[in-house]
Amino acid sequence: MHTEALTGGFGDAPVDAARAFRGAMNAMARPGRIEDLAGAEPPAPLSVAAGVLVLTLCDAETPVYLAGDHDAPAVREWITFHTGAPFAGPEAAMFALGSWEALGPLEAYPVGTPEYPDRSTTLIVEVPELVADGAVLRGPGIKETARLRLPEVAAFQQNAKAFPLGLDFFFTCGRQVAALPRTTKVEG
Amino acid sequence: MNEYNFAYLDEQTKRMIRRAILKGLAIPGYQVPFASREMPMPYGWGTGGVQVSAATLVPEDRMKVIDQGADDTTNAVSIRKFFERTAGVETTEETGRATLIQTRHRIPQAALTEDQILVYQVPIPEPLRFLEPRETETRKMHALEEYGLMHVKLYEDISQHGAIATAYAYPVKVEGRYVMDPSPIPKFDNPKMEMAAIQLFGAGREQRIYALPPWCEVVSLDFEDHPFEPSKAEHDCDLCGAGESYLDEVIVDDAGGRMFVCSDTDYCRGRRAAGHVGAQGVPFEEGAA
Repeated sequence: MHTEALTGGFGDAPVDAARAFRGAMNAMARPGRIEDLAGAEPPAPLSVAAGVLVLTLCDAETPVYLAGDHDAPAVREWITFHTGAPFAGPEAAMFALGSWEALGPLEAYPVGTPEYPDRSTTLIVEVPELVADGAVLRGPGIKETARLRLPEVAAFQQNAKAFPLGLDFFFTCGRQVAALPRTTKVEG
Repeated sequence: MNEYNFAYLDEQTKRMIRRAILKGLAIPGYQVPFASREMPMPYGWGTGGVQVSAATLVPEDRMKVIDQGADDTTNAVSIRKFFERTAGVETTEETGRATLIQTRHRIPQAALTEDQILVYQVPIPEPLRFLEPRETETRKMHALEEYGLMHVKLYEDISQHGAIATAYAYPVKVEGRYVMDPSPIPKFDNPKMEMAAIQLFGAGREQRIYALPPWCEVVSLDFEDHPFEPSKAEHDCDLCGAGESYLDEVIVDDAGGRMFVCSDTDYCRGRRAAGHVGAQGVPFEEGAA
């Protein structure tokens, strides 16, 4: 283990996590809205926002899947030290972390069952930029329409069709986060 | 420095509740199971709402707690004190100044904004529970979208009473999918559930969390020939004269005397402070009860 894994966690965990969760909840409740997260300094290639989400939501009860470049020793050690989360493949992951290209195909993740649609993976997608234009979003949490630049459109349309089953997404870039739950209707 | 972790609960419990809240927001109206903790208050006193509030509060929040619309009842006072002590948050009785409002059985009269969060205390989260006692069955009914039984219940109301007699905990359908119990709010409040604020529901004893994102479609169940009607006492508030606010009927003597007063104490006080006086009211004085 490298000593970098020991640093970069929350300075004041209860308060940092509470503020981070408020940001994450506002993002999930209002799809397309971009929030700022702070409090963690995770190792590259993890963004600050993705690191904060991991510290806020993951622990020994949540298997995490690291995709592509994110499956690096520095990231694994950091997540293990700060959260104790076990690592798993996409089929057993409660949270998945990586770039859009590395996370696919989405069929690999659990989407919940008709009785328990909540038992589905939440994907934390690292994107190169997070801007409020591009795809048009409609659905719960959005008064009329919202806009968010997405890595693609078809996959999210497919995901929304399976409602109430489906995956939920956070998009992270630097300190910023936005979210796209399964209820959002996406138009290119 | 006080001797509690921020907002009382330990961090692992808060993470578990936070994950449930996020899934609840992603599947509006669906009841997410969560590992409810024992709280330092009895079941039925808002342990679910308290856990949701504890997982949601930030130190900058200004919290308001109401019980049937009132800020000054035992339940509301004790929960407010609980969070003043364990989270160190500021509290308020003014709806407009609050950032997080925990409520038992009412939605505040004033419209909430997108900077506010409304947390409901829920006794029985399952709208089908009194029709079907088995959890395995009600879960299957939700999975199959099999809500005929609920319509039969409302129909039986009509056949017996000539109208839908359900006056509180009136079932709603969320985003055309899940039938949800809005908690025992009067049906007068149902139309307000399509609002700008995030709504979170916590049922401690029943171990369920559910949620409504802002501007989520919430439709009260009804029939074409018996449409849903939000109802209130046909009266104005006797203290502030408000005609549009939900009223409590208060017995004032043992000779049949009664008065109707706003159930939302903050709303009523605000109106009286602005100079409105009802039929039995006296002009408002700062500091008077």
